[in-house]
Amino acid sequence: MKTGIPKTTGLKAHLTRRYMFSASHRLHRDDMSEAENRTTYGKCNNPYGHGHNYMLEVTVSGPVDDQTGMVCNLVDLDSFVRTQVLELYDHQNLNLLPEFASEVPTTENLCIAIYEIVKRGFRHAHLDKIRIEETMMNSFEYLGERGEDL
Amino acid sequence: MVYLTRKAEFSASHYYHNPDFTPEENQRIFGKCNNPNGHGHNYTLEVTVKGAVDPRSGFVVDLKQLKDIMSREVLDALDHRFLNQEVPEFLTKIPTTENLAIVIWQRLAPKLTAAKLHRVRVYETPDLFVDFYGEASEREAIEPES
Repeated sequence: MKTGIPKTTGLKAHLTRRYMFSASHRLHRDDMSEAENRTTYGKCNNPYGHGHNYMLEVTVSGPVDDQTGMVCNLVDLDSFVRTQVLELYDHQNLNLLPEFASEVPTTENLCIAIYEIVKRGFRHAHLDKIRIEETMMNSFEYLGERGEDL
Repeated sequence: MVYLTRKAEFSASHYYHNPDFTPEENQRIFGKCNNPNGHGHNYTLEVTVKGAVDPRSGFVVDLKQLKDIMSREVLDALDHRFLNQEVPEFLTKIPTTENLAIVIWQRLAPKLTAAKLHRVRVYETPDLFVDFYGEASEREAIEPES
C-alpha cells in the first residue's frame, strides 16, 4: 500500500555544495607602474604567476519540495557547476580568460565572476552565495549586490 | 547577542523513495540514492543558539544542558538508525539532508528555553551541507530573477 507523501508548503532551506579547482594567476595591472604593482600585489605580482587549489562553495536556497525532499536536485547543481564553472577555470591561467582581460584575477573578482555565471544560468534554486577559499588561511564571499547576510 | 555553536556526529542509513512516483521516476529523480537496501553517512550536526550573555554565569547557554538536549532529542533518535523506518517523521518525508535539518530543528526548538535556536546545519559529507533557520524564514518563494 502506498503511504503517500503529504503535500505541505515547503519550508525554506539553504544547501551548500563544495567543489575544488586548480588555477594559476598573476595579480598585475598594466596601468600601474612596476613599483606600484609590486607594492600593491607583493609576491602575487611575480611575472611568472603562481597557482592555488581553490575550494568553491555554492549556496542555493528555496522551499523544500515535499515530493522529493530537496531544494534542488544535486545532479542538476553538480552538472551546472561542472560544465559552466569548473570546466572554465580548472587548470587554466586566469589572466588569459576573457573576464580577466580588464580585471585583476583576485579571488574577490573570481567570486563575483562565478556568482554572475551561476545567477544567470542556474534556474533550479535561488543563488544565495559564492564562497571561495584561496588557501586554508583566506576565504572570500560574495552575496550579490544586495549583499545582505543570510 | 552572542551565537554559540555545538557540534555532534551521528551515523545513519537511508534511501530516497517516493511511493507516489513510478519506479522509473524514483530511479530518474533519486539515482543511486534510490537503492532500496539503503546506504549510510557519517553526519555532522552543528546547532547554533543565540542569546544574551548571562551576567552571573557568563554563559549564553549551559553547554552541558545543550549537549544533553541534543543527545536526548536528536542523537538517541537518529544515531545508528535506518532513518526511513526508525524515525517517525521519515515515514511521511523523504530523509534528505534538507528534511533532516528541518526535523532536527523541530525536535530541538521547543526544548530550548534558555537560548533561542538560530541555525541547524547538517553535513551529509564534508562537501554537502544544509542550513535551516527555522519557520520564521519559511515559505518564502524563490525570488523571481531580476
